[in-house]
Amino acid sequence: MTNGGQLVGGQSGDAFYGALAEDDAEELYDNAPCAYLSTLTDGTIIKVNQTFLAWSGYERHSLVGHTRFRDLLAPGDRIFYETHVGPALLMQGTVREIAVELVAASGKRLPVLVNSVLKRDADGNAVAIRTALFDATERRSYERELVVAKERAQEAAAHARTLAQTLQATFLPYEIPSIPDLEIAGAYRAAGDGSVVGGDFYDVFEIRPDTWGMVLGDVCGKGAAAAVVASLARNTVRVEALRASAPSAVLTRLHEVLRRYHPDEFCTAVFVCIERVDERIRLTVACGGHPLPIRRRVDASTELVGTPGSLVGMVKETRYTDVTVVLHAGEALVLHTDGVTEARRGADFFGDTRLRALVAATPGPAQAIADAVVSAAVEFQGGDTRDDIAVVALVAGSAVAADDGGSLCDGSDVAAGRDVGNERAKGRHVLQ
Amino acid sequence: MARDVLLRNNVTVDGPADGRPIVFAHGFGCDQNMWRFVAPKFAGEYRTVLFDYVGAGRSDASAYDVDRYRTLDGYAQDVVEIMDALDLRDVVFVGHSVSSMIGIRAALQSGDRITALVLIGPSPRYVNDGDYVGGFADADIEGLLASLDSNYLGWSTQMAPVIMANPGRPELGAELTASFCRADPEIQKHFARATFLADNRDDLLRVRVPTLILQCSEDVIAPEAVGRFVSEHIAGSTFVRLRATGHCPNLSAPEETADAMSEFLTSA
Repeated sequence: MTNGGQLVGGQSGDAFYGALAEDDAEELYDNAPCAYLSTLTDGTIIKVNQTFLAWSGYERHSLVGHTRFRDLLAPGDRIFYETHVGPALLMQGTVREIAVELVAASGKRLPVLVNSVLKRDADGNAVAIRTALFDATERRSYERELVVAKERAQEAAAHARTLAQTLQATFLPYEIPSIPDLEIAGAYRAAGDGSVVGGDFYDVFEIRPDTWGMVLGDVCGKGAAAAVVASLARNTVRVEALRASAPSAVLTRLHEVLRRYHPDEFCTAVFVCIERVDERIRLTVACGGHPLPIRRRVDASTELVGTPGSLVGMVKETRYTDVTVVLHAGEALVLHTDGVTEARRGADFFGDTRLRALVAATPGPAQAIADAVVSAAVEFQGGDTRDDIAVVALVAGSAVAADDGGSLCDGSDVAAGRDVGNERAKGRHVLQ
Repeated sequence: MARDVLLRNNVTVDGPADGRPIVFAHGFGCDQNMWRFVAPKFAGEYRTVLFDYVGAGRSDASAYDVDRYRTLDGYAQDVVEIMDALDLRDVVFVGHSVSSMIGIRAALQSGDRITALVLIGPSPRYVNDGDYVGGFADADIEGLLASLDSNYLGWSTQMAPVIMANPGRPELGAELTASFCRADPEIQKHFARATFLADNRDDLLRVRVPTLILQCSEDVIAPEAVGRFVSEHIAGSTFVRLRATGHCPNLSAPEETADAMSEFLTSA
């Protein structure tokens, strides 16, 4: 320890032993840099140190043997102590870092952190509680700031969620127009907790008597940038549908608008022109990089309708194809975004097969189909949706005919998916 | 449905299947482990049923519904649904602290399933009201909510110290320590409001079953005057003052608590 009368640390032996003598156990207990008190298991104080008396301003004789520790706490903290801390201490033998306020003799409150241990005798019976208190004035004011900041953050998050949901609601129609002999219903589920606005949108609107437009799309990405594009896409489709000659032309215009105003963004979309002709429901479908709609026949068989086309707003050259079908009585057409098929469970995707099986098993009504698809996709990924999901289902009523009505639908449209360069062949102008 | 309720409330059943059921209900702050030293004393003769309210202990916190649990009736509904799920009849309901009033509400809502009540540290209203002294002012309840907030950071981790293995001691195992007296602070604050802002004084007059009131000495949560008030307003109730001090005789004096209950049950 010593080296030629010098301590290793360079101090003289006298100073070392002098300081050690001053810092004996009793002295340390009384003047420790934290407050100590010992109580019976019912909380009655049996011993306190000088530090506690100095902090609290109480006289030793007024505490020892009379006062319970909990009685020195602010009333709210007293309830907390009796309902949480006391039971935990008895059950666990220790509690740590309990934040309470001590009411000093002056009435002033002193924030402290409390650690307690239960002292047991040789037989294991609890005999006393030993408590150390640490002045936590500054820490507590800092923590209070943290709590306030956390509350603000929660408010901001709630606000953002409301904003996202409000914005999202504008991507879905307020009301779906009522079309004779055709039921239409949509269902939507936001990704995650809905705090980030997604890029899925759909719309159904009247173009002129007996003709309606329907669009379902998915803007790549999420958040404000995707929202702006979804909003633009939806409005563009509405405007262009009024003057376009065919669904493929609507997608072409949408493509041009996106390329011009948002060259870095793109979307997928399917546009369907719905016509009532000779008491039949004629659908003309154009698809841009989007999953093809599924048609459900009354015998529960399913088939895809349409021809795959280019992503909208992505590449320079596009290719969109109009395909016309007649929906027979009781048949359904189901449009969906990839949030359904790409719903993931581990390495497994929900996929087209499951989706088609589900559609085959769900005859209608339209709302039941849309809801069934959304909930199956949500359930598949355990409720934690990674992407938003939009589904629109159409079901033809029993009053419509169960055939194609002769020339209403040129079968080659469906079979060959004829590319007509954005213009309908045979002069049949679907939208005009 | 029945199975869902039993999972939701982490219901644990012990004792003979044909024994008279005793449902033990924990109070605000902790969970069914509050009965660790009491319930086993009855499991030889009675069918003991322990559970955690939704939001407490190891219940299914995802079943928590702010609207349902806004008042004590939501918690009473938990009790009723558990009794229905197990089809319990001739039930002794033992409620600690706020569960005393929850038990009374459950008794009033469940026909004749509950045929005896044991109320440990009951209070029909914690906040003073005119001549009625509940023991707390409105500001104190705000203080409690602030206290729950203050211990927000600490409670998330502080209750997980490793409990040293010591078989001679009755402390909780480490795995129970992780959940004991811990719950989502937001849920705790809602429960605190439901508890400390409740007023069930009128319900006392409607109690028609044999009732035992166990009053601790020097209980700051439910002072003796409040226990006396409860006893005076429940017709034919039995009032027993325990030597045990504090608010949790089920933990601090399990023998005395169980003895008082046994004596009452032989007659009820």
